[in-house]
Amino acid sequence: MLLELQEISLSYGRIQALHEISLTVDQGEIVALIGANGAGKSTTMRAVSGLRPVSHGKIIFDGQDITKLRADLRVVRGVSQSPEGRGIFPGMTVRDNLEMGAYTRRNRVEINKDLDRAFSLFPRLKERERQMGGTMSGGEQQMLAVGRALMSRPKLLLLDEPSMGLAPMLIQQIFDIIVEINQQGTTILLVEQNAQQALSRAHRAYVLETGRIVKSGTGSELLSDPSVKDAYLGVA
Amino acid sequence: MSSTAATPGKNGRRLNGNLRGWFARQPVWVRIVGVLAVIALAYLLPYTAEIPLIGPQIVTEGIDWPSALFNMSYYVLLALGLNVVVGYAGLLDLGYVGFFAVGAYTVALLTSPDSRLGTEWPWLAAVPFAIAVAMISGLILGWPTLRLRGDYLAIVTLGFAEIIRIVAQSTETLRGDRGFTDIPHPPGQQTDGSALFGVRDATPYYWLGLTVIILVVLGVRNLDRSRVGRSWLAIREDEEAAEIMGVRTIKYKLWAFAIGACIGGLGGVMFAGQQGFMNSGTFVLQFSILVLAGVVMGGSGNIPGAILGGALISYIPDRLRGIQDPIFHTDLFGFRFAIFGAVIILIMIFRPQGLIPSRRRAMELKDREKEAAPS
Repeated sequence: MLLELQEISLSYGRIQALHEISLTVDQGEIVALIGANGAGKSTTMRAVSGLRPVSHGKIIFDGQDITKLRADLRVVRGVSQSPEGRGIFPGMTVRDNLEMGAYTRRNRVEINKDLDRAFSLFPRLKERERQMGGTMSGGEQQMLAVGRALMSRPKLLLLDEPSMGLAPMLIQQIFDIIVEINQQGTTILLVEQNAQQALSRAHRAYVLETGRIVKSGTGSELLSDPSVKDAYLGVA
Repeated sequence: MSSTAATPGKNGRRLNGNLRGWFARQPVWVRIVGVLAVIALAYLLPYTAEIPLIGPQIVTEGIDWPSALFNMSYYVLLALGLNVVVGYAGLLDLGYVGFFAVGAYTVALLTSPDSRLGTEWPWLAAVPFAIAVAMISGLILGWPTLRLRGDYLAIVTLGFAEIIRIVAQSTETLRGDRGFTDIPHPPGQQTDGSALFGVRDATPYYWLGLTVIILVVLGVRNLDRSRVGRSWLAIREDEEAAEIMGVRTIKYKLWAFAIGACIGGLGGVMFAGQQGFMNSGTFVLQFSILVLAGVVMGGSGNIPGAILGGALISYIPDRLRGIQDPIFHTDLFGFRFAIFGAVIILIMIFRPQGLIPSRRRAMELKDREKEAAPS
């Protein structure tokens, strides 16, 4: 087991956003978290990456308790997040954004290898190497955010809404790449509104509703689950 | 590496950008000679009045020109320091004058015969202490407050500057309005045996200030290009993103604050050494706002911008001194804030990123706009 959340709760002020969430992610898996707006998907991600402290429960990563570990040290341990929406550095070039992803690393040769890998996954980024991040389209920024998250060579990649605001064709493309990254050996925890895509690509998935996990199963199980279909897949 | 690829379609839009781009493409020796020439000219500034025709238009009338230059030099120093905090790390500090005051008061306490400490050190001996105390005060203020963001940080720093001023105003040790007299000048003698840093001619002070500025610029530039600078940049552009890249944000923000405080303290040290007298009235809030206006006006986040902005906030009011307006026949100096405000408004309308804008900054501003009003 690479990641285990043990009954974590998290509050924003007096509003409790997560209620005793437990989930596991095994080595080599793609696990999806689906749910409506405000269900707590992004909050769960932020708890794992360390951007928000949890009020109860434990986060176990790679056999160690990281509940109280600072966010920057979690990156060193192997957790990397591609944040929701505009999480790139607008005034840095594409290249510098990617270099920022390798902030915790020193080995130049290895970093260059991973740069090449990011460029081969996203040839578009290579074309735009010297362009400022902020001048790129939404889809390109999304690719950049994913590519940048890979630059720390994570054991666990957290992807927060990788398809947000993308055209349907690009959504296909970015999910193809996510599967490819996974096949190259990176474990992925994925948050998505696009439940159809997420469930058909993920090994397992959890359904979140108002800060609680209400269902879990393999991707295909949930795809054919009537209540999931009803609520998240937009088919009767 | 072609620099044209970086800004497709944007070349030639600004003369300024072109000049900088052109300069960056020159061989190293040309750039070094260029920079040395600018530095040499800066050292010659006290003799501006000798230039036929234009010279007399530039120099100030109501205040002697070397003194005006010295004033500019410590404002530039403050702008450079505040630029580290606001421009590099993106922390809105409205109480920067507080560090200036800490530097100046430390010098006064250690050197002035009015001080209770009774140490009466020479100016030079007090310098390292004053810088250290300013830096420590930066750390003390920063440690609890840098967890705050944006507006909250601005309010807390504002409070800090006021606390310093009010403490200075009302404690016996800091002597309030009476202030400290006879703060010694920097050491050194002229060939005829008279003091190099006297009261009659401010030129040596200006040269000293300029030298300190050059050293500070070198230090800040090196920091900016190091890992520290990269961390600041990331924090300024997106603090959360920086954190999940592995940047220990609180540490680098504290660094920025401490370095900014250090430079601000240094400004205070210079000021105390030249004036010889200071009291609590010197350190009003206006001062912080003025320096911040200078940084923003010059172009936040880049060194030439901070230098230009810092120089202008001091030069404009000094230049207005001693000029009578044609209607009321009063000194234009009295209208300095009105004129100054108008100038700032004009600059903000026509060059919102400052006189010498940083391209990065322009991108960040655009990005924030999108965030504020997503399409």
